[in-house]
Amino acid sequence: MKTIEVKKPSGYATQIGPAHPALKEPVMFSLDIEGERIKKVDFVPGMAHRGVEWMGMRRNCIQTMYLAERICGICGITHSISFSRAVEQIAQIQVPVRAHYIRSIVGELERIHSHLLWAGVAAHELGFDSAFYLAWRVRENVMDLLEYLTGNRVHYAIIQIGGVRRDIVPDQFPRIEESMKFFEDAYAKLAAVFLDDTTVQMRCRGCGVLTYDEARELCPVGPTARASGIKKDVRIDHAYAAYGDIELEYQTPDLLTGEVRGDVYDRIITRLLEVKQSIGIVRQLLAMLPDGPLLAIPKPAVLLAKLKGAAGEAVGRHEAPRGEVMHYVRLEAGKDEPAAWKVKASSYSNYLSWIPMMEGEQIADIPIIAASIDPCISCTDRVALVRPDSRQILTKEELHRLSVEKTRRIQASLVK
Amino acid sequence: MNLLTPQQIAEALQAAAGADFVSARCTEWAEGAKGRKSQQVWIKIAREALIPTLKRLVEIHYPHVAVIAFADTGAQVDLMYHFYVYWGIPHEEILVTFTVSLDKTDLKVPTITDIIPGALTSEREKQEMLGIEVVDIPDGRRLFLPEDFPQGVYPWRKDETGIPPDMVKDLWATGRDSCQFNDNPPPAEPKAE
Repeated sequence: MKTIEVKKPSGYATQIGPAHPALKEPVMFSLDIEGERIKKVDFVPGMAHRGVEWMGMRRNCIQTMYLAERICGICGITHSISFSRAVEQIAQIQVPVRAHYIRSIVGELERIHSHLLWAGVAAHELGFDSAFYLAWRVRENVMDLLEYLTGNRVHYAIIQIGGVRRDIVPDQFPRIEESMKFFEDAYAKLAAVFLDDTTVQMRCRGCGVLTYDEARELCPVGPTARASGIKKDVRIDHAYAAYGDIELEYQTPDLLTGEVRGDVYDRIITRLLEVKQSIGIVRQLLAMLPDGPLLAIPKPAVLLAKLKGAAGEAVGRHEAPRGEVMHYVRLEAGKDEPAAWKVKASSYSNYLSWIPMMEGEQIADIPIIAASIDPCISCTDRVALVRPDSRQILTKEELHRLSVEKTRRIQASLVK
Repeated sequence: MNLLTPQQIAEALQAAAGADFVSARCTEWAEGAKGRKSQQVWIKIAREALIPTLKRLVEIHYPHVAVIAFADTGAQVDLMYHFYVYWGIPHEEILVTFTVSLDKTDLKVPTITDIIPGALTSEREKQEMLGIEVVDIPDGRRLFLPEDFPQGVYPWRKDETGIPPDMVKDLWATGRDSCQFNDNPPPAEPKAE
């Protein structure tokens, strides 16, 4: 008997990206897919690499600090505080205690705003647009509060090497407390919307899993690591600013559910828990806010002269909303500009985790898994489905539609 | 877990590096009203000792690799491998930095991805940005630089292989409307009282 060889189709190669130019770090994904399943993941970042380190090594330290602030539009304090802390350690500048507290308070408000922004994006990717509107509506309050305290909604420009540039005075406390009450209510609402919703659970439970061992080896940071049970948080591990003065707990999903699964749902839980934690931190630090000056060296010219004489190397770290940010700085005596400057942003550490998360999942799950580590969502701008004979390009809208359709299918199956 | 002090870690790593050990120092820094200290260990070793020293560090505690930082010092390129041990234990985390100096005539360094896979991003970046060859890297493609970026130009180097002046584009010099300050609309006329 003759056997007929049947050649199985070998699957498709899919590309997602590169990017929407307006966003920070666009990424292009190349995926090998078989039917609906993702077999292999590869990614190419760097579409918006601006050579910030190159620029920083040609400017004096104060200019570089403001340049660092502009690395990210969401984390307005993250990079400036990391760079400042590195420089302060080299030049042995002791920041006044009051300035440490203000740095921490603004850092926590930023975490609230970033996590709410993320919650909205995640809801949108699931086709749950009413939750997206709710999250972004709530977020406006913290943006207003940040503007009230620092003068700006983004790029607060509150950090200076050796302290902060603006004070928080007792007259402002009631307005802050008002916002904190607002967020407590909003937290209850958002927790109910995200965590008690059957559809959200069905889309996110068991989806995009990153196990503890994978997380340990791939070294992700922030909520991405903590949702996999990695207890890692710069605020607790390597306390800085005012975080060493208060008791903090690692926010892992088992605090709420009693178990760690490392899926997208756990990453939602982790971020919601962190919003609640941040509200507590802001209240605690405001109550403890000590008196004192804001800057170690108020005059920029004196500061620059001191930095010109400083030499050495140090690392400045900060727990940004997306995880640890670190800056390595080396100064040489007699030079205005840093001799070396390396920026490590949180997404830099989190990228590699996409590979185990996406492998084995469906195309319609790409948007929510890509969003679950809280990168710039722009990566899902455009998808090209490449087949041997033809080339089909999926736009972001189509990919989003696929995701929404999957949600609707799940909802329809629930009704039956 | 029996925690080692920074000095003990430095001694253990020095023993592991053997003859390739150069120097070590421990620093600390305190912030906040309570002045909680954070500890750092800085150890300088030759390239040959990188893998055995890292293996010793893994025995102490599986490290989280943050990034490989760099400095172009003229005749040499310094690589700073930043690791954290004792993460997950409140206030006990220690930053351990391995500094490896490479002569520009022989820019080769072994990969550490077989010990810590998470270092891949940083190793690929060092290859394209500094012209370092990471021996046995599992994925040696470019990461951040585009495919059409010229070969042999390494943006973070400060010598002739760095960015040449003709590749630098000043935004203000482009002549683009949004970058010119002289054609801004005139300020509003003050309102008559």
